[in-house]
Amino acid sequence: MKQNTQTLRVVIVGHVDHGKSTLIGRLLHDTDSLPDGKMEEIEASCKARGVPFEWSFVLDAFQAERDQAVTIDTTQIRFQSEMRDCVIIDAPGHREFLKNMISGAAEADAAILVVDAAEGVQEQTRRHAYLLKMLGIEQIAVVINKIDKTNYSSENFDAVSKDVKDYLASIGLHASFVVPISAREGDMIARGSDKMDWYTGRNLIGVLDSFDPKAADMAAPLRFAVQDVYRFEEKRILVGRIETGSLKVGDTLFFSPTNEQAKVTSIESWPESEAPQEVRAGESVGVTLDQKIFVERGHIGSHTQNLPMLSNVFKAGLFWLSNKALSVGNSYTARIGTMVTKVTVQSIERVIDTESLASEEAAQVERNRMCEVTLRARQMIPIDPYMENARMGRVVLYDKDSLVGGGMISMQGCQDQRVSLTPKSENIFSVNYLVTQKMRQERYGHSGAVFWFTGLSGAGKSTLAMAVEKDLFERGYNTYVLDGDNVRHGLNSDLGFSAEDRTENIRRVGEVAALQADSGLVVLTAFISPFQVDRDRARGAAPERFHEIYIKADLETCESRDIKGLYKKARAGQIKDFTGIDSPYEAPDNPDLVVDTQNHDIETCVQQIVSYIEDHVSAGKGKEDGNIKPEKILSVSG
Amino acid sequence: MESYLKDLESKSIYIIREAYASVEPLAMLWSIGKDSTAMLWLVRKAFFGRVPFPLVLLDTEQEMDEVYAFRDKLTKDWDLEVINHPCPPEEEMDQDLPPATRAAMRKTEGLKTLLAEKKCKGIFCGIRRDEQGLRAKERVFSPRSLDGSWDFKDQPAEFWDQYKTTVPEGCHLRIHPILAWSEIDIWRYTQDQNIPVCDLYFARDGKRYRSLGEKNITFPVDSTASNIDEIIAELETTKTSERAGRAMDKETEDSFERLRSQGYM
Repeated sequence: MKQNTQTLRVVIVGHVDHGKSTLIGRLLHDTDSLPDGKMEEIEASCKARGVPFEWSFVLDAFQAERDQAVTIDTTQIRFQSEMRDCVIIDAPGHREFLKNMISGAAEADAAILVVDAAEGVQEQTRRHAYLLKMLGIEQIAVVINKIDKTNYSSENFDAVSKDVKDYLASIGLHASFVVPISAREGDMIARGSDKMDWYTGRNLIGVLDSFDPKAADMAAPLRFAVQDVYRFEEKRILVGRIETGSLKVGDTLFFSPTNEQAKVTSIESWPESEAPQEVRAGESVGVTLDQKIFVERGHIGSHTQNLPMLSNVFKAGLFWLSNKALSVGNSYTARIGTMVTKVTVQSIERVIDTESLASEEAAQVERNRMCEVTLRARQMIPIDPYMENARMGRVVLYDKDSLVGGGMISMQGCQDQRVSLTPKSENIFSVNYLVTQKMRQERYGHSGAVFWFTGLSGAGKSTLAMAVEKDLFERGYNTYVLDGDNVRHGLNSDLGFSAEDRTENIRRVGEVAALQADSGLVVLTAFISPFQVDRDRARGAAPERFHEIYIKADLETCESRDIKGLYKKARAGQIKDFTGIDSPYEAPDNPDLVVDTQNHDIETCVQQIVSYIEDHVSAGKGKEDGNIKPEKILSVSG
Repeated sequence: MESYLKDLESKSIYIIREAYASVEPLAMLWSIGKDSTAMLWLVRKAFFGRVPFPLVLLDTEQEMDEVYAFRDKLTKDWDLEVINHPCPPEEEMDQDLPPATRAAMRKTEGLKTLLAEKKCKGIFCGIRRDEQGLRAKERVFSPRSLDGSWDFKDQPAEFWDQYKTTVPEGCHLRIHPILAWSEIDIWRYTQDQNIPVCDLYFARDGKRYRSLGEKNITFPVDSTASNIDEIIAELETTKTSERAGRAMDKETEDSFERLRSQGYM
């Protein structure tokens, strides 16, 4: 007798009308898996519609599906072979219903790709095969159906199977079996066929029995995706799922992106008699920790070795399901496991034609297309590329309430920023300064601070920074302006204009500005700095003394100014990834000051900024209503 | 526990916790049958013995006496908070519907008044894909429009355990934690975990109920299975469908579709 083992989940895909639903009806009938009365029920349904017996009625349960003889939504039905239990997932072949096809297919352990012997490989055959690749389904059997219509011809079978195999090979898939079948007649489904003595391989049931259910990945490094934190009386239980690897009581859990760690004191369970000492991939668990560290939904627990990467930039191979095209600069909500973050499309690397497999450059991605894009998150997020961890390396995108796309994460060309976030050397100690901030402030008559100007090219950042500096300098302030010209030639001469280099450029400027502010200077920076996460990191370098100033002018205005002629070059395609043209600008979420250069002249803007700065750095001569932010005295003990 | 059951259990607990993390307020339909009682057990596992949302019986006053008695016993034994929500009378239903379908429609209307009163955004329902062809097409998180209807021609994409957790004002989500379980899985789990079930499932005088519903539209099937072991053995070989004793499913070809598209569970 067979074991009560895990069920094999098989998705049936292929071009519309190549006979998927009929195949399933036949599989169920020939394995004696239909309930009593089902055949009679279908006969009655067909009679009522005046059509011949229709196998697909087994699965097409909706009246609309029966009336139109088309499968609308994915469905699942069980059958048993002598070996095991199977769940058959029927996926609609019609192009219109791709989102339903994916909803069914994404869960499958194995796939049967159905190809009509007479029609051969068609558009949806290729598209579905490509999707199997993107969904990570590797156990694939091809059936060449309706073989009866080609008079059971072996020559035709050979030609069609070669076409399919060639296409699969070109996208890196391999079909373990290619079986000639007639679903309508029952050839090579659960029995053999007396009309195809030229075929000596397995029948379809034999093929299914050779496949295995996907096993949870115990060998990969631990990934504990936190779903929630429950507080019951004194207990604080982190709940979630062990996505890969395993976890024991006593292990140290390291959380990303917070970099906090604590020891597991217990694995919780109810009823309590069952409390395990170890939990493994696939299990929904609850754990308690020995320290009250900050953990919330979306954080990833790992061991202290083999951490996930940390990055705000990543690539994704996506299938796009929305009527609204994906284009550069669009923002979506990304979900990776339980982690949720806003992302902006930084660039579209390529759009893939599943027919020819050609890569195209495109400004946008239409519905049902596959593409590769670079996404930029508003914050640092834990990331495992799909190639390293198939379970964690998947992302889906939401536009408001709707799921609009999904795919595999890659970090090709993107940097693991965990490295640059933490000092590389371990032997770093804080210095005990004998000169304090307060002493500097008394000497200079003002405190140091960073005033970070952000805005589009041509918004007026440099012009205003220079004019503001001159004004402040004349009033006795110690000031300095950092802008592209004085850092790109020296400090950052090793950096280009790739996404990573731009991030590093801004990181260094942020650090230098912070040091200068510490030394007592009023620092003004003038960089486009288009991404909030980069600006937030600069703020992190000088907390309490950082002011984000949004120099605001719309693209049209900036482009009409075009003092350096850069927009013209960008429009002509001579400059790539130019902010506002083919690379996005994220306006500040919550700037400390907005300066509108579109509607005000330079003099007004300068005065607005000077007045703001004086309010925030002046010692003694500031407003008395406490408008000066309380200065945090930096600890002299380090 | 067998590893395949453990796996099903973990998936259901994950779904229950996802709903609790992202949908509020929630309620759970507890019809007192084997499926929703197993679901209730999974909820208690997910929250370490607690049930952090109300349980609701959509009461037509037509449940069998043994069902009411079982409800009262479990409510006491497990210290549950159960809302007994009365359904509107049959006279108020669409009189064009065939009689059994009309009777079943009372639950749909009862659910509507419940949603209106409690302003629930999410309702846990213990339906399974293998019960019925239409339920086989369900999503785990299934959005319903203002009047409770199910737009089965345009269901949201759902994959990689990413669920639709937000719906427009006035709409709600049906959440189906045991959608992937089969009838035999429920019985094996019930046996393994020693979950109590109503006696009506066990054969008396050669008949037992495979599925419990209102007494006017539910009938027992031939069976000699008088304990869970025998039920499991019976299910391993039977070819009778689980809902064979539920009259409303088959009155007309599309009666269950009509019920479901208007909001039936």
